[in-house]
Amino acid sequence: MSNISNFVGAQSARISVEAAIKKAKDNDNYHALLSLTEDRALERADMVDRGEITGKLAGVPFIVKDNFLAFGAPTTAASKMLEDFQAPLQATAVEKLEAEGAICIGKANLDAFAHGGSTENSAFGVTKNAIDQTRVAGGSSGGSAVVAALDIVPFALGTDTGGSIRQPASFNGVYGMKPTYGTVSRYGVVAMASSTDTIGCFATSAEDVALVLGIMAGSDDKDMTTLPDFFAENTQVKPGQKIGLIKEFMTDDVDSVVRERTTQYVAELTAAGHTVEEVSLPMLRYTLAMYYIIVPAEISSNLARYDGVRYGYRAEGVSTLAELYGKSRDEGFMTENKRRIMIGSYVLSSGFFDAYYQQAQKARTLLIEQFNELFQTYDALVGPVSPTPAFGIGENTSDPVKMYLADVMTVPASLAGLPALSAPAGTDEAGLPIGVQLIGRQRSDAQLLALAASVEVN
Amino acid sequence: MTVISRDEVQHLAQLSSLQLSDDETTNLQKDIENILNYIQQLDELDTTGVEPTYQVTGLENIWRDDTVVQSSVSRETLLSLAQDKTVDSVKVPKVL
Repeated sequence: MSNISNFVGAQSARISVEAAIKKAKDNDNYHALLSLTEDRALERADMVDRGEITGKLAGVPFIVKDNFLAFGAPTTAASKMLEDFQAPLQATAVEKLEAEGAICIGKANLDAFAHGGSTENSAFGVTKNAIDQTRVAGGSSGGSAVVAALDIVPFALGTDTGGSIRQPASFNGVYGMKPTYGTVSRYGVVAMASSTDTIGCFATSAEDVALVLGIMAGSDDKDMTTLPDFFAENTQVKPGQKIGLIKEFMTDDVDSVVRERTTQYVAELTAAGHTVEEVSLPMLRYTLAMYYIIVPAEISSNLARYDGVRYGYRAEGVSTLAELYGKSRDEGFMTENKRRIMIGSYVLSSGFFDAYYQQAQKARTLLIEQFNELFQTYDALVGPVSPTPAFGIGENTSDPVKMYLADVMTVPASLAGLPALSAPAGTDEAGLPIGVQLIGRQRSDAQLLALAASVEVN
Repeated sequence: MTVISRDEVQHLAQLSSLQLSDDETTNLQKDIENILNYIQQLDELDTTGVEPTYQVTGLENIWRDDTVVQSSVSRETLLSLAQDKTVDSVKVPKVL
């Protein structure tokens, strides 16, 4: 069921926006938001009500992850480095939504610079799970997932480099999708790893995800990796699809309740007339190692720009330029940011480049070949999103490798640039949500969403 | 097993323009060692003759005309983001 459609033209935009802001404030204890863009939002709502702004999303409130440059509040990336950064421009994705009348009411918490899988790594405090406040929201787009799950807004934007939309969507029981690499312009979004960074969204139905992605999709001169818009609106689900259940995602390493919910979802797919068969991707066992070489390498390069000079945090009491760089970066970044930057510097340094970085990019080719081979036979692949439901706050923070292992089922689609979504597939006995992941071939995004919509479980 | 010395961590910090405290250096030494030992499993993979993938959607060089495009952001706005500046430039401490 579309939630967005309840907002378009149903009542005054001011009433919708005021209600969303009130709900955001009432749910302050989840710490899902870092700021509200209240003044600007109300101003735009009045413009919609006066008919000065029209469009497919006229008067629909939304929230963006705080690594999207947007007017009305600082863009912090949940870091001390950008604590006071007032964006001089807006992200293309935000501009496109605003052009259709949508109204950004606030900015959601994340792991600083989107480095993390729990939103515990924010410089401004931990976001709590929408269903159980003792558990993590997931991450890095944890705040966006929680505001969608609490129904503060009908949709929220996130970024997904290795699972940062899909995993929190799974943990909070909402839909979350990363589209094909290059679907949505990343211009005006704080860069993490340029070869896998994607922009996507959270909503309470596959239909709403499709509506929002369809509006954001398309080429942009300011992001040369964008693809021409291939997003077909109102796509009907292709009947009788062949779907592969990924065997490597259904081993004993995955919680039994997660496997059970996945099996139930597979039964739904079968009941809907699709054929599901077990498939294998042997390269999956290497994907985390590849990911934690390639992504830190790109992070070390992308985060070189934060030097305390032109914008962002600047350390006090330094006497030389080198000290200014070193101290501003030490004080402005979180430990996880530094860890990734230094791993990146290591794998890119001379003597190690071939052994690590090149080897990982070659392994990536082998992974992509295995995906391509499966997509000759199968329309989509299915499996869990995360090996467990939301884990406890503080449970994984002491061991970075353990935290990284939680990404094992989301990074493969990222490394291959494939569209992948998390759809709600029920809960465990304690009521914690469990998501199931659908992965499609490149540019099959709309078809993948149509498939998810046709077997909506909740 | 890769072992990373304290000197190597400090060298990496220097390459990364990070002025780490002693405590942080100690903690990161252990973390980096663990991460490197994890990612080393790629060594066992035979990639002879495999081309690396840097771009996943098959795009290659995209050309545009070499013309000046006016930015929507003014020089004043950009300068206002810097902590230390003069009328028309950003200021930094001495280089050496």
